[in-house]
Amino acid sequence: MRYHPHTPDDVRRMLDAVGAPDVETLFRSIPAPLRLGRPLDVPPAVDEIGLLGELGRLAAANRVEHPPFLGAGAYPHHVPPAVDQLLLRGEFFTAYTPYQPEVSQGTLQALFEWQTFVTLLTGLEVANASMYDGATAMAEAALMATRLTDRRKIVVSAAVHPDYRAVLATYLASTGDEIVTVPWGADGRTDLQALERAVDGATAAVIVGYPNFLGVVDALPEAAALARKAGALAISVTGEAVAFGLLEAPGKLGADVAVGTMQSFGAGLNFGGPAAGFLSLRQEHVRQMPGRVCGATVDKQGRRGFVLTLSTREQHIRREKATSNICTNAGLMALAATIHLSLLGRRGLAQLARVNFERARMLRDAMGRAGFAPTFSGPVFNELAFEVGDAAAVVARLAKKGIAAGAPLSRWFPEPRFRGSLLCAATELHAPELIELFARSVRG
Amino acid sequence: MNFPDDLQYTREHEWCRVKGGRAVVGITDHAQDALGDVVYLELPKVGDVLKKGETFGVVESTKAVSDLFAPVSGKVVEVNDPLVDAPETVNEDPYEEGWMIQVEMSDPKELKELLDPAAYRKFLEEEAE
Amino acid sequence: MANPTGWKPSVEKESGGAGGPARPGTGGAVRGLAYEEKLIFEHAGGDRSGVSLPAPTGAWDPAREIPAGLLRGEVEGLPSLAELDVVRHFTRLSVWNHGIDTGFYPLGSCTMKYNPKSSEALARLPGFAAAHPLLPAEMCQGSLELMYRLERALSEISGFAGTTIAPAAGAHGELCGLMMIRAYHVARGNARKKVLIPDTAHGTNPASAAFNGYRTVEVKSGPDGRLHPDAVRAVMDEDVAAIMITNPNTLGVFESDIAAIAEVVHAKGGLVYGDGANLNALLGVARPGDMGFDVMQFNLHKTFATPHGGGGPGSGPVAVKEALLPFLPLPVVVREGAAYRLVADPAERPRTVGRLREFHGNFGMMVRAWALIRELGPEGLRRSAELAVLNANYVRARLQDVYHLPYATDSLHEVVFTDKLQKAAGVSTMDVAKALIDEGFHPPTVYFPLVVAGALMIEPTETESKETLDAFVEGMRAIAARAAADPDALHAAPVKPVRARLDETRAARKPVLRWTPGMALE
Repeated sequence: MRYHPHTPDDVRRMLDAVGAPDVETLFRSIPAPLRLGRPLDVPPAVDEIGLLGELGRLAAANRVEHPPFLGAGAYPHHVPPAVDQLLLRGEFFTAYTPYQPEVSQGTLQALFEWQTFVTLLTGLEVANASMYDGATAMAEAALMATRLTDRRKIVVSAAVHPDYRAVLATYLASTGDEIVTVPWGADGRTDLQALERAVDGATAAVIVGYPNFLGVVDALPEAAALARKAGALAISVTGEAVAFGLLEAPGKLGADVAVGTMQSFGAGLNFGGPAAGFLSLRQEHVRQMPGRVCGATVDKQGRRGFVLTLSTREQHIRREKATSNICTNAGLMALAATIHLSLLGRRGLAQLARVNFERARMLRDAMGRAGFAPTFSGPVFNELAFEVGDAAAVVARLAKKGIAAGAPLSRWFPEPRFRGSLLCAATELHAPELIELFARSVRG
Repeated sequence: MNFPDDLQYTREHEWCRVKGGRAVVGITDHAQDALGDVVYLELPKVGDVLKKGETFGVVESTKAVSDLFAPVSGKVVEVNDPLVDAPETVNEDPYEEGWMIQVEMSDPKELKELLDPAAYRKFLEEEAE
Repeated sequence: MANPTGWKPSVEKESGGAGGPARPGTGGAVRGLAYEEKLIFEHAGGDRSGVSLPAPTGAWDPAREIPAGLLRGEVEGLPSLAELDVVRHFTRLSVWNHGIDTGFYPLGSCTMKYNPKSSEALARLPGFAAAHPLLPAEMCQGSLELMYRLERALSEISGFAGTTIAPAAGAHGELCGLMMIRAYHVARGNARKKVLIPDTAHGTNPASAAFNGYRTVEVKSGPDGRLHPDAVRAVMDEDVAAIMITNPNTLGVFESDIAAIAEVVHAKGGLVYGDGANLNALLGVARPGDMGFDVMQFNLHKTFATPHGGGGPGSGPVAVKEALLPFLPLPVVVREGAAYRLVADPAERPRTVGRLREFHGNFGMMVRAWALIRELGPEGLRRSAELAVLNANYVRARLQDVYHLPYATDSLHEVVFTDKLQKAAGVSTMDVAKALIDEGFHPPTVYFPLVVAGALMIEPTETESKETLDAFVEGMRAIAARAAADPDALHAAPVKPVRARLDETRAARKPVLRWTPGMALE
């Protein structure tokens, strides 16, 4: 076995040093009745050639010949090969949480850069070193809001990703906090009148998507103003972070907290994970921020260096009072996003966002020519829903051609009026010809 | 370790100095030493009403975060705000510059339940075992 | 002989003294050629980019569709660098890190075993990497089959009825496990109030319990480092929802009374939660599901060698007994005939605790874990546990005369020493840890578990050779010798990395958490 370097002679000499006659003796503290006493029932070992063949066949059973016209929280984007080649440097990917800062300065400086990228994109002052994903980032932000305001009600727009809302419900199941969901209007934006009615002096946070789950650039400034008036925190949620290259930063629009996923930068799709969640907020709330955070300091010789900091809340003397139980985050995916954003830079990010904006218009026009109108009238970035008749049937039909057509809204919203709505995304990966082909295929 | 004679102590390691109807409150030399470098404090606002034994703030060091417990009941009438920007003062001078709040006591009888220096020392010895 | 250039080698100036070559550590560390490297934001600006993208056509004007107040121009502060400069920046940063690929990394309870390169290649196969999580089932049968097979294998390895592979990390798995425990009790009409946690528990256990609304009650371990049934019996009542036990525990000691403890807890209707952080010691030897555990979380990044990534992403599947199956979070993968399908609709699983994260879990980690299980097979899995335990016991045997061993009880996969013998010379665990860096090793886990003052927790893992262990032992012994002879030198360690000891107090008192233009640490 190539991962087990011991020769029989090594084993014998090591046992001699230990003073044990055989390896079995080392396990004597496990009572016999608790032993397994048989080989595990897992498939027999394969060699590397067999392994690559077997998993290669599984990978080939997925159909990925075209970029999917699917977003809904995970977006197909081009990841420059430079990102992955740097990620594969063993010093990055085989290190752990930087508990020993002197031998972790690479990871730590990269995390500090990640935190800076997040604040630049969100327009807020502070960010943590990443979260498990966007959905848990949102749930942790809501919990933080209840701690900061000492209030128990979370008001969330129905146009926030339904899976994120489901995670919020799971996280709040045992806290007794209340979740109030506010509908969206015909333009796909949060219904502000309903929001105004829902927000009151008991509200800890108001959560809206930006862009929201329907692809629509939601009314964040208005929602944030309502939150502020009630003394609640405004939380913006972003699943497609490329939008930050075109849209104003949430922090500039009144959001107190910005959360979401940086999946669009450096991560790829990977069937939904991993990707780095982000959480960003105002300086005044930094001591209540969940998760790990990296800070600048100096070493004994006065040179700048970086450490994990503000982490003592994990070791609260009354440990159950810790602000969250997060230990591992998504460090490597934060690094991937940091490298990708570094490559893009100021000009590249603006260009990428602009191309995405245009490809969505190409899709809208092509679908229009094929006879399909957008479901919602509000402004969009690179994702929008179309009325296609029977969305689930369209998806099934295109799957046979190897095209992932989009997400039928009926998957999350069973009401009959959404039966025809197909949520589609177009990015820089969708060439104009492919967009044309797609629209024609939807028509059938 | 220094435990001034004119102070009274709690089992949660706060001290209390009585000035007329007021109690000045901070944390003991032992507490600051056990915590290590204090990096952050959360203190109440003037006007907040405290109940004996309940938390009135948080002290955070590089090693740990701990709640602060009110040694007596009453209204907060003064807060040592400069401390928040210079938390190291708690380590350097826990009994003078490092005081945290002043409370207008609502029930001075509660003072009887606090420990004198000898009793606090004894308590520390027991706790160490 | 003539010297036409007039050049004279300045031998005296360049060798010897502080600038001379450092003594190689027993792990091989010398000073390498490392570079100072600015923050990416501190490199010169300009109109550059490191990407190659299609040009916008200009046919659509964002200002005509998106309200003016919601648009922005280029993001100020972002860097402007060509590809090479970015590549060089991160390459330079990388060499400031110690990874498993660099050297021995005996971080206790973190199981820093070798991360196979073939797993990386497999996770990057386009079929896996480019698969969207919402593909119609008929387009992602490969991913679903892999998830199904991994779930079955994890259930078999741990001895449970079923496993959720959704949780994003070990602590996330803990949260999930306690949610299911709570749901189980709620379904019986009483959520209960308390969770018992031994003093040797992982730091995240109390937070996970509190998150689910439980008060934690600490249970003291005995002088042998083990938890005893009587200690549990004394605090066990019908308000206790569960006990959280790590087995082997964070001292590397097997909880031999686990079956009796489980009986005590079960008798009062409580459940036994297993923290699987140290499962590596048991692979193929014994199964938590056969010892009385009802729930257990894995850490794929520990036991199954998925990369730790500088702090994630992890993966924390949770296995459960039959009685808890209805509460598993969504989604779950099921096989129907020859096809696989995700169950994501709560209508199909009405008692589920719900959804824990977006999509289906860290699929990339699942590919890597499955690849390792396939390559090891049943014999290889068991051999991993055997060699991990042998390695830990070898290190223990070779160091116990120079470092204090607080518990003489048998060790499995890790061993805990303390700085008690070095304290007299004023040398602490932190000094030993930092001195190990100069030898070329990553320090062990320090000051944990909390029940041991000045703990040094060493977990070598099975992928390390005797030769590496011998070098580590030699380094540890050399440090012990220096602790007596020259303690000041140890206080100054480390001297070889790009940075000396860092001022953590300053970082926490005046947090600087992002770059700002002209930033300076005064």
